Amino acid sequence: MKNTIRQLFHSPNFVVGFVIFVGMLLAIFLYPIFHPGSPLEMIGVGTFAKPGLYISVYDSVNSETETLRLPDADEKRSGAVLSDEDRVAMIEWFGKAGVDTTNLDASDDAAVLELWKANYDPDKTIKGLTKAKRAYYRRLNEALANNGEAELYVATKDADSGELVEKSEIDKDAYVNTKDVANVKRLVLGTDNFGRDMLKELLAAAKTSLMIGLIAGSIATMIGLILGLISGYVGGIVDDIILFVMNIFTVIPSFVILILISYSLGQSQRGAGVVAMIIGFTSWVWTARSVRSQVISLRNRDHVNLSKLSGHSLLRIIFTDILPYILSYVVMAFILQISSGILAEAQLSMLGLGPKTTEVPTLGLMMSWAQLYSAHMNGSWWAYFPVIFTIALISFSLNLMNTGMDQVFNPALRD
Amino acid sequence: MKGLRKFILKKILWFFITLIVAVFLNFILPRLMPSDPVATITSKMAEGLTDTAAVQRIYEHYQKEFGTDKPIMVQFFIYVKNLLHGDMGTSFSQYPRSVASILSSAIGWTIALQLPAILVGWFLGNFFGAVAAYKRKGWDKIFMPISIFISNIPAFGFAVIMLVVFAVKLKIAPTSGGYAYDMIPNFSWKFIKSVLYHYQLPFWTIVITTIGGQAIGMRSMSIYELNADYVKYSRFLGIKDRKVVKYVFRNAMLPQITGLALSMATMIGGNLVAEMIFSYPGIGSQIYAGITTSDYPLISGSTLIITIMVLIMTTLLDLICGIIDPRVKAAQFDS
Repeated sequence: MKNTIRQLFHSPNFVVGFVIFVGMLLAIFLYPIFHPGSPLEMIGVGTFAKPGLYISVYDSVNSETETLRLPDADEKRSGAVLSDEDRVAMIEWFGKAGVDTTNLDASDDAAVLELWKANYDPDKTIKGLTKAKRAYYRRLNEALANNGEAELYVATKDADSGELVEKSEIDKDAYVNTKDVANVKRLVLGTDNFGRDMLKELLAAAKTSLMIGLIAGSIATMIGLILGLISGYVGGIVDDIILFVMNIFTVIPSFVILILISYSLGQSQRGAGVVAMIIGFTSWVWTARSVRSQVISLRNRDHVNLSKLSGHSLLRIIFTDILPYILSYVVMAFILQISSGILAEAQLSMLGLGPKTTEVPTLGLMMSWAQLYSAHMNGSWWAYFPVIFTIALISFSLNLMNTGMDQVFNPALRD
Repeated sequence: MKGLRKFILKKILWFFITLIVAVFLNFILPRLMPSDPVATITSKMAEGLTDTAAVQRIYEHYQKEFGTDKPIMVQFFIYVKNLLHGDMGTSFSQYPRSVASILSSAIGWTIALQLPAILVGWFLGNFFGAVAAYKRKGWDKIFMPISIFISNIPAFGFAVIMLVVFAVKLKIAPTSGGYAYDMIPNFSWKFIKSVLYHYQLPFWTIVITTIGGQAIGMRSMSIYELNADYVKYSRFLGIKDRKVVKYVFRNAMLPQITGLALSMATMIGGNLVAEMIFSYPGIGSQIYAGITTSDYPLISGSTLIITIMVLIMTTLLDLICGIIDPRVKAAQFDS
């Protein structure tokens, strides 16, 4: 046993898979210790806040400032103000006003701004513009002109008269150190459609999904192992019956059975554990098949026959003479069952048949939410990409471990 | 030749046995559940209704429609009788269309998408796997980790990535549907062009996700065969490498066909979810529509159709495998 494990760690595939997997486990269990709180807490009011460092505006205004003179500060400021909407409106105006835009690169903010400054005249009347549109362009022009030039003040309300009293002017060269600001929140992966912290939710979801995979895999492996052992070792009519059932469930997609059962159960009864159990009960066929064929090849070996002649009981023969020989296959099948269980949960959730949405996040539910709120259409990559990547990484690491074990246990496959 | 006929007959018999079990499961599973499906449907239909008499009438209507007031065996025979007439009930959400008519238009899309995509993915995967096994060094070192990683991205996840990259960012493919939304299916050139344009993304998604797994399987198979005694013997005899390699890959290929037959069910299930991401007008989108609108007859019809589709494909593959691989045929006669 010790030797086998030592041998496993000589396989590069196994080591890489193991390291990734353990790394993920560490992240899943350590992160909540340093960042406590419910993963389903909705901290954001809007949907899909971008990943990044969020600094409280209120606190930063009140913080002590340092003056820094950075040469490109003005440039950055004017670039930031031109939204997609404004850009489209400006290009539309160029078209209406008959400005030559053949050489204009519409995505180049500086070029668009330059052309605008050169051509826009608020007094010029252009045909085909409504009054509201004209007013909009005037406002846009003012905003652009004042950009970086308008003076901003901090004012407080006077308690007695209710008047605004100037407190201080905001200097353009004033900077605050984030360490001095009381409320700074780094959202590494932004927020999802409910305003939840994606990173915290993702790690909690990975934990639930791994649990689902573990439960489903254990159930499937147990059923598969028991049926495979009985079918392979006992043989005869029992084998025929079990083989019949196995053959049928190989061709009837377990996906279909999953859908039928999950739908009939109804949302209120589907906790994460129940979903895991359903997945486990529908995915034992592969394990049973491979255990059966292994056992059949072992059944007539000399050491088994010797045990039989010595009058050992069926259980003892199975536990001492058969199980140790197929254990490596069972462990490998178990590892694959975990990853297919995670995948099955994700697929079910995508179809809207996943676990209850109110209790725990799972990777599948997160994908399903991102899909429902069309995160992929509005450019919120952080809402779906990390989830896909996590699913892929979990099953990648499990599969690598499996391949590594395969190479150790099947010398024919060794490099 | 007699043996072959026996083999085919046996396979066809198996097909029908499995079909009956599948129909039975499709019938019995929802009815075995602790919750009464009719009550569930009624409660969803009667949301907001305060008139208990009306709720009662809805309940009785669906009880009659599903025949849940009769004993379970009688129900099963009614169910089978209706199925034989091609009657799968009426869709709730797309009333008054029958489930059979919805699914008969959806099944064509699903088969036209999945069958070619799985086959192309299978061929490419086997090719890459064989090359990786033969060349080993270099190619193998780069190719294997990549294909293992890609094969671990679920089909729906890959569908989302493809959709974002090619449809949303690069805008060289449409974001959804099986054809332009302003068209009515017909056989004009314009329509076919639109269909092909919408076909690319789902097609390549399935192809790429299929390649990885197949390549890994083929690689191990080929390595196993390359180390077999007959290869060593042939090399000692001085048979040309090319010729040996041909035999090796032929032998490694055959288990891959069986493997395809065995994994068909899982693959199609995963691809249906990818279909849903692209809003492709196939069965996957219909199941999703059925689930979101609590359209029980539509879900039950879709699952049955998928099962039958997988059954037919698996049986065909088994037959092909048996005809071209003498070992499988021999194994069949033994058992």
